[in-house]
Order: sequence, then C-alpha cells, then structure tokens
Amino acid sequence: MPITINGVDHALDVDPRTSLLDFLRRDAGLTGTKKGCDHGQCGACTVLLNGQRINSCLTLAVMHDGDSVTTIEGLGTPDAPHPLQAAFVRHDGYQCGYCTPGQICSAKAMLDEIAAGWTSYVSDDVAGTPVLTGEEIRERMSGNVCRCGAYSNIVAAIAEVAGAQA
Amino acid sequence: MKPFDYQRAHGLGEAHQLLVADRARPIAGGTNLLDLMKLEVETPSALVDLNRLPLGGIEPRGEGLHIGALVSNSACAADPRIRSQYPVLARAILAGATFQLRNKATTGGNLCQRTRCYYFYDLAQACNKRAPGTGCAAVGGFNRIHAILGASDACIATYPGDMAVALSALDAAVEILDAKGDKRHVPVRDFHRLPGDTPERDNVLEPGDVITGVVLPAPVGGTQLYRKVRDRASYAFALVSVAAVVHLEDGVIARARLAFGGLAHKPWHDPRVEQLLEGQAPSDALFDEAAILLLDQARGQGSNDFKIPLTRRTLKAVLREATGGTL
Repeated sequence: MPITINGVDHALDVDPRTSLLDFLRRDAGLTGTKKGCDHGQCGACTVLLNGQRINSCLTLAVMHDGDSVTTIEGLGTPDAPHPLQAAFVRHDGYQCGYCTPGQICSAKAMLDEIAAGWTSYVSDDVAGTPVLTGEEIRERMSGNVCRCGAYSNIVAAIAEVAGAQA
Repeated sequence: MKPFDYQRAHGLGEAHQLLVADRARPIAGGTNLLDLMKLEVETPSALVDLNRLPLGGIEPRGEGLHIGALVSNSACAADPRIRSQYPVLARAILAGATFQLRNKATTGGNLCQRTRCYYFYDLAQACNKRAPGTGCAAVGGFNRIHAILGASDACIATYPGDMAVALSALDAAVEILDAKGDKRHVPVRDFHRLPGDTPERDNVLEPGDVITGVVLPAPVGGTQLYRKVRDRASYAFALVSVAAVVHLEDGVIARARLAFGGLAHKPWHDPRVEQLLEGQAPSDALFDEAAILLLDQARGQGSNDFKIPLTRRTLKAVLREATGGTL
C-alpha cells in the first residue's frame, strides 16, 4: 500500500533505512519539513501522522504504508495560510524560520490535543479538563526548539489562535 | 546506519520466529532504537516490526486493567481510567519526553528503553553495556547522571524512564509471551536488572520473548504523586524522581508505596522504607528516618554525589505533600 502525504499517494520503494523525514524531503520532494538534529531532540521535523504529531526523523518510511501524513505544505499555502501560519507572521514568531514548519505542525496538533481533553505534566488535575494557559503552551511545545529564541512570540501566536491568555 | 533486513510480523507466532534470529530486534515506536541505530550503538541484523500485531487496547483485567504493549504513551496517559484511577501513572508518563515522542513511544518499548549514559552513546569510549569486557569509562569520568544505588564496578548507568517508576509503585506486572507460546507475568519490580557483571542485559527478557502488555492491579486510591527533578523544567531525564501512593487514615500512614527513578539501573523500590512509614504519624523526623534508610547503601561517584541529598530532600517533600503538609 502507498503512503498518503497531503492527500497524494506515494509508493514506498525505498531502502529500509530511509527515515520518514528523508522520504518526505528526498523522495516526495516536500522540503518544508526540516532536518535539525535528526535525533528527536529539536522538533524541526515534526509532521502529523494520522493526525498526531511525531518526529519524522525517528521513524522509518517503510513502517508507514497505508498511513496518512500531513506536512506544513498540507496545512496552508501562501495564498491561503492556516490560521497558525498567519498568526506566526503577525506575531513575528520566528527569526531564521528553520524551526517554523515544525513549530506550526506541532501547534496544530497541540490544539487538537487540548480539544480532545489531553492533560499535561503542568495541569493541576491530571484527570480534569485542560485549560490552555501560557504555562501549558510552553510545556506542550517543549519538543520544538527555536535556536533564535523567538519563544515569546511563538507562544503569543499560538495563544491568539487558541483564544488563550499567554 | 548499518544495513538491516526489515520484516513485518503479521502475528505473534511469526514475531517469535523472526526474533529468535541472531541480532534481530523488535521495533514498535522506534524512538529510542532508531536513535541508537543512527549512532551505530545498536546494529541489528534485522528489525521485526511489531506495529501490526493486535496489542493496542486498554481492557479490564480482573479488577484492574491490561494495557496492550502497543498502546502509545500518549493514549495511556489520556485514558480516562488511567487518569482517574491510576493518576501516578498518567503523571509519570506526562513527565517524560515530549508529546511528539509520546505519540510514537509504546508501553512495551518504553519499558525497554536504554540508558542515556554518555559513554554508552560514544563508540570511542569503554562501555561494558555496549561492548562487554571493555570497561566502564563512566567510573572516574563525567558521571553526573549516574547511579548512587545498586551499581557495580562494571556499570554505573541508570535506567532513564518515568513510566516504569510509577508502574513499580503500583506493583504492576509485565506480560510476556515466550518463543514457545507460553505466557508469564513478571512484576515490574523484577523486570529490570541490576548491572552486576552483565550490564549488557537491561532486563529479564530472553531471545524471542515479546512483551504483550502491562497488567495493573485493582485501583488503590490514596494520594498519588510523581515528582521529577531535572536540569530543565520540561523534556529532560530525571536526576531524581519519586512515585508515591500514600494512604493516610486517622492521622496515620496506613499504606505507602514508593519507587524512585534516576538512582539506579532499574526503578528503585525498597520495601524497608514502606514498612518504616506504615502505621506511623507523619512527621519530619519520620521522613528523615525514611530517607536515611533509603540511602543507607548509597554511594556517589564524584560528579553525582549531589544526588544523595537531592534524593533525601525530594523524598521528604513528596511525603510532606502526600500527607497533607506544606512543601
């Protein structure tokens, strides 16, 4: 079975060592997803796998036939940006921009996780309904590193889209 | 990364057959194994992909729950039964890694994650865990994150996980299916090993074994806490962590279950400490006694000497909070 990326099927005829990240960039030609550390520490390679955020560097492409992947190219376009993309621009949520695709994919999934009621380590009641505060956003985005240090603007951009107080 | 054969197991029988091959390794989430394969710390001849096996649900088992080996850390921590009846487990899982990693990491794989000892990761260094017989560069080296309990001359590495620390406090069991098709249950407290002179073996799994799930006993209630002390507030391994399940009745500690991360080659559980606390009224003097007993065999390696007072203080803070005192 093929892998579906942003709604388009791709055959998985690759060396088993190929990470999903390398498959996206090299074989599918989707270079929006970035390779930072290649060890799951920086989050630049974050994509949505069947709707959930993952580090695409730490999984093999061949494990994902039949799965559906959404990358930054699938979230929005320059003419029709995703609300998070527009908010990052408005709040200047980047400097060099290298971590930005991963930040935005991660933030998209984070908002879905909040909507699904997932709590985090900083939630007061692990069995309760999460409230998206600035502290929650920072905890939930800790898997995405920004070497330029644009964190405060990233949090502001996400908070605006989520309707939360940063 | 070294070349390997990629094989997908379509059933448990096929998984066992593929896994008994020399240097075959199972893969589920892959978040630890692929990292180590990129560095060539791990060089399996074959990867056996377990992801399509039917091990994905959380189901009632007796009065407790059976968590399938392929349940992701995220799904486990988000399950309403885990959150309400086993909050120490949900908190411990949420204390580890990131949402991205927890979406991929599995219950079985998390139990099997390997140490983050710097020397284990560095192919240029001696490491008895990675290359048995070569020595241990962490002894006398940079050993800030290393063990203060249960270490050996051969290895002072720590088990890095959070989930298993909570499972130890809850006295959960690992369900394992061996290559002959026989099922056994190993208490989480006995699943990981002390290093001794065979630190290359992290746990009691034998070739061909497949972890099929984790069995939680009936919910016990009580105050359930997981406190993790680390170098940054999020996305870091524990220097010290404490999982606590404490029942206070009529001003007396009726029951205490404690497990510790970051201290040893396995989640640390010391029944002597629980016995000391039980039947006693909480007090700072009692908590001091508990910490002294917990650490009576503790030995620093130089850079990690601070872990001894840090453990004492963290345990006391957790016990104060669990018994309704102030921090």
